[in-house]
Amino acid sequence: MARAHVTTTINGDVVDFLCEADQTLLSALRDELRMTGTKEGCGTGDCGACSVTIDGRLVCSCLVLAVEVEGKAIDTIEGMADGENLHPLQKKFLEHAALQCGICTPGILIAARSLLERNPDPSETEIRYWLAGNLCRCTGYHKIVEAVLDAAREMRS
Amino acid sequence: MRYEAPDTLAGATAILAANAGAKILAGGTDLLVQMKSDMADPPVVVDVKKIPELCRITLVDGAYRVGAAVTGMELVEHAAFAKTWPGVIDGVKLIGSVQIKGRASMGGNLCNASPAADSVPALIAAGARVEIVGPQGKREAAVEDIGIAPGRTSLKPGEMVVAFLFPKRPPRSGDAYLRFTPRTEMDIAVVGAGISLALDAQGTCTAARVSLGAVAPRALLVDAAAKALIGTKLDAAALDRMAAACSAACQPIDDKRGTKEYRIKVAAVMATRAAEIAMDRARKS
Amino acid sequence: MSTTVKYVERDLKVVGTRPLRPDGVDKVTGRARYGADYNLPGQLVGLVLRSPHAHARIKSIDVTAAEKLPGVKAVVTRDDFPDMPVEYAAAGELTINFRDVTRNMMAREKVLYDGHPVAAVAATSESIARKALKLMKVEYEVLGHVIDVRDAMKADAPVLHEDQFTVGVEPKPTKPSNVAKRLVFGCGDIEAGFKKADLVIEREFNTKPVHQGYIEPQACLANYTEDGQVELWTASQGHFTLRAQCAKVLAIEVSKIRVIPTELGGGFGGKNNIYNEPLAIALSRKSNRPVKMVMTRGEVFRATGPTSGAQVKVKMGCTKDGRIVAGEAELNYQAGAFAGSSVPMASMCTFTRYDLENVRVVGHDITVNRPKVAAYRAPGAPIAVFAVETIIDEMAEKLGLDPIDMRLKNAAKEGTQTYYGPKLGAIGYIDTLKKAKEHPHLTAPLGPNQGRGIATGFWFNIGNETSTTLNVNEDGTVTLMIGTIDVAGGSRAAFAQMVAEELGIPYDKVRPVVGDTSALGFNFVTAGSRGTFATGMAAVICARQAIDKLRERAAAAWKVPVDGVIWENGFAKPASSNVGDFEPMSIAQIAKTAGRTGGTIAGHAEINAQGAGPGFGTHIVDVEVDRQTGAVKILRYTVIQDTGKAIHPAYVEGQFQGGAVQGIGWALNEEYIYNKDGRLENPGFLDYRVPVASDVPMIDTVIVEVPNPNHPYGVRGIGEVPIIPPMAAIANAIYDAVGIRMQEQPMSPPKILKALETAAKH
Repeated sequence: MARAHVTTTINGDVVDFLCEADQTLLSALRDELRMTGTKEGCGTGDCGACSVTIDGRLVCSCLVLAVEVEGKAIDTIEGMADGENLHPLQKKFLEHAALQCGICTPGILIAARSLLERNPDPSETEIRYWLAGNLCRCTGYHKIVEAVLDAAREMRS
Repeated sequence: MRYEAPDTLAGATAILAANAGAKILAGGTDLLVQMKSDMADPPVVVDVKKIPELCRITLVDGAYRVGAAVTGMELVEHAAFAKTWPGVIDGVKLIGSVQIKGRASMGGNLCNASPAADSVPALIAAGARVEIVGPQGKREAAVEDIGIAPGRTSLKPGEMVVAFLFPKRPPRSGDAYLRFTPRTEMDIAVVGAGISLALDAQGTCTAARVSLGAVAPRALLVDAAAKALIGTKLDAAALDRMAAACSAACQPIDDKRGTKEYRIKVAAVMATRAAEIAMDRARKS
Repeated sequence: MSTTVKYVERDLKVVGTRPLRPDGVDKVTGRARYGADYNLPGQLVGLVLRSPHAHARIKSIDVTAAEKLPGVKAVVTRDDFPDMPVEYAAAGELTINFRDVTRNMMAREKVLYDGHPVAAVAATSESIARKALKLMKVEYEVLGHVIDVRDAMKADAPVLHEDQFTVGVEPKPTKPSNVAKRLVFGCGDIEAGFKKADLVIEREFNTKPVHQGYIEPQACLANYTEDGQVELWTASQGHFTLRAQCAKVLAIEVSKIRVIPTELGGGFGGKNNIYNEPLAIALSRKSNRPVKMVMTRGEVFRATGPTSGAQVKVKMGCTKDGRIVAGEAELNYQAGAFAGSSVPMASMCTFTRYDLENVRVVGHDITVNRPKVAAYRAPGAPIAVFAVETIIDEMAEKLGLDPIDMRLKNAAKEGTQTYYGPKLGAIGYIDTLKKAKEHPHLTAPLGPNQGRGIATGFWFNIGNETSTTLNVNEDGTVTLMIGTIDVAGGSRAAFAQMVAEELGIPYDKVRPVVGDTSALGFNFVTAGSRGTFATGMAAVICARQAIDKLRERAAAAWKVPVDGVIWENGFAKPASSNVGDFEPMSIAQIAKTAGRTGGTIAGHAEINAQGAGPGFGTHIVDVEVDRQTGAVKILRYTVIQDTGKAIHPAYVEGQFQGGAVQGIGWALNEEYIYNKDGRLENPGFLDYRVPVASDVPMIDTVIVEVPNPNHPYGVRGIGEVPIIPPMAAIANAIYDAVGIRMQEQPMSPPKILKALETAAKH
């Protein structure tokens, strides 16, 4: 069957690609556009490694069909830094050693940014519940939570 | 597989009628998982998110109408709805992670027909009804009449749920949903309990609805549990009778998520705790 | 010959600080490339057909229809791989047998577990490859299966290997058995020991298999070229051992395979061995195209190596004053489909924390119908320690002793003779117990249904084969080429810190890079807690060689003997005014002219590092038990551990925290659930419940530093110990909260509720 043509905006740039009707957004990003910063950990929405935002809404890109994003605005980890300036969350993750293997890190950063956009002053518990959809097997979450708290503090000031 | 995204109800029903085995795509958080694991292989997927009726939250004469494809996060962030139906929000909040709720809808949660769906007991307790369109036109049904067995609904071929219709909230009323899972999040209910109740000025319970999830092939409306509360001051004895009625109503199975024995016991615990929260909300409303 | 570089105490500038990790920016921007992030032009998608049966004889495999499907470029089955004789090799903490390795990667006579590979296909798209799998016809003769060790040891149990006779029993058995091996460790006279005891406690514990749960599924990309050369990109804990394994099972010369390591998305012991790699190479060889293979999460759970489920029986005796006089244990560990569980290590760790005269540990390595076990962080130790540390808690309670005092009374220290062989050197076990005693956590108030538990752990740590190269670049910066994978812990940062410290230059002037298999000599896998110890030692040797050469070049320039030149803070300086009055020469100045003064300045180390320092830790945990649902909530957690020396304290804390949370998951909710047909019921992250962020509290850490005398900076391995105590500590806390002793893992809500009800009846 002919592949579908999709035009969308990714990290502010208009992008178009061809995809199968049943291809996921995650697969389109990684396999068609070679944007491999978004990771696949499970393919079933249980780990959050593939988190992106669509029109500002946090989702698992493994559970979105690529054809659904026609005309939408997608934000991925590749667009998080502003030129050479890292986002405060990225900086704080480095400073707090909030990443080890790093495979969950892009998804957690995208999810954490989505939280801070809605709640600039989250409590530890609010952070933990918001990030419950992002599995990390290395850190035990401690330094991730610290880094988000610290980034929120910096972004408020 | 073909992807269709009609922007009218008529368009959607026409596609559904013309394509046996077509599946409706709202949030896709169940459908895409089923497709990935070869449990579903639909010839056509009908994305309903471009149909305005399915994506709106409206308030008419004090009663809410929530489109079936409204995402969980939209609903959670709708402050006025959340204030009116906190128990429904309790349930919606538990439909997976923030990411899952960014896509998943109550319509999908209901029509996927898992007995463990978290929003369903809360919707049943709330007395919500659904508006359905199909080849024979429009009809309404109670939420508890939709799911009939795991993965099966009472919807006829070509029918789809358009919206949830909530009753007007009476004064001094409150609702709550609680579930038990081994983890705090990212889990499937082992037992879920939704309760909605109303009090008179003296604090006597005048109306109640109690619903249980994950303890039978479908979410249950437990009349005996409601009767145990109505006419009481919601004292400990009444709650105990309600809890016993909940345990008695359970027809659970043993599976990887829980044993029969455990589900029956914990159904009573969850119902009691949910009733206490609903009671507190009713008194404060 | 082996190498050790002794510890010398000195003032430190870089070691012990917390610089940003060299791989950090790439990991927060999405640039870091993991196994699945590599692609080549014209690559095919490789998929595996897996057994739906737990145990079956393969009667026939017919792939002709699949081969004919347009877009299918190659199919491989058992016929594409040579059979292997019995030959053992080290792979991480566990030993592998190539006869089994080749059968595990592709079933030959039988399938031995749900998920066992039977065939593999390479096609131009994933959907074509999936269709091809459906066209393959495999005829099975389904056999009886067995998963639990207690069942597998029964005389009438289905036997996995008709040619397996228990090793280690006399006389040699005549009947095949699922017990592959019996091993015995011990010292003293166990019967005499028990006679001296005033209190004897004997208990049985049972645990389920659990998975490492790394977030990155196994992924590789193979490119076999027409001249028989292989390039392989893969996410593993050891690219040299993967090369060795692939060369062996494919009968390809080692020099023809180049393995390029990718960033690793978690391993924890689970990525020491080959799975899809040889299949991808074989498919690439057959199709003349690059082949990429990425496992699904379901395949990871069904077919890669989780750790053992086990039955552990422990009997311990002590005197009234709390001195343990005898310790006896029987460890029955699942090996999975092929022999080789972690029971040897577990046997050695069972009682090693204590200075005991009379010990006897019997271990059984048992084959069952589930995937072959792989190492998982302190392989096997948490299970045995769950039993022993719970019994010690019970002993302390019965004797009215403080559980820390009881452990202090019996604690191993420098000079303690272990029951498995060596005497312990300088160790920090007692220090961790004392730190626990003075920690505010220990005296914080507890509410109703809340309780506190403590438990301790020991792990050997290892050294082993390590090759490292250091090049001083022409501008005076340094490139450090290492061959041990940075498995996540930030070891690249630690190596750069040690080299910067040695050379006296800033941390950011040292760039550590993980080299591929063509860049360095052999390196053993990053496992057993050896990376920072062994490659750290090698990097220091490299740096010291480079310093000697830098001094030589300065001496030549100044026309003085090399003894007259010292190296200080990144400069060559005259050793004294007697040598002459020379302007100090920086590393950059010397490097700039190095081409003309004798060539590039470099250091090399190709060593077998010895002298790994054992690690010990003490954990304190508070829990709250919901008496109505059986749910256990972790309220507070403290990890105290001897690191020898924390090169980068933040990443040491990270290891403590991550290990503790993995242990919490193991204790409370993680388990493999099999149905009656032996199929895995929960091969996904929804029902295999690793802890999520909202399940756990902050994890406090206390770093104890008792230097390892056999490392230049005193380093001990630290990655393993943190996962050992949690199960026992949590069981002890549950007892403290609600008075039930849990002897079954996971300590999940239904089990806790049942135990509470049983206790209420008595």
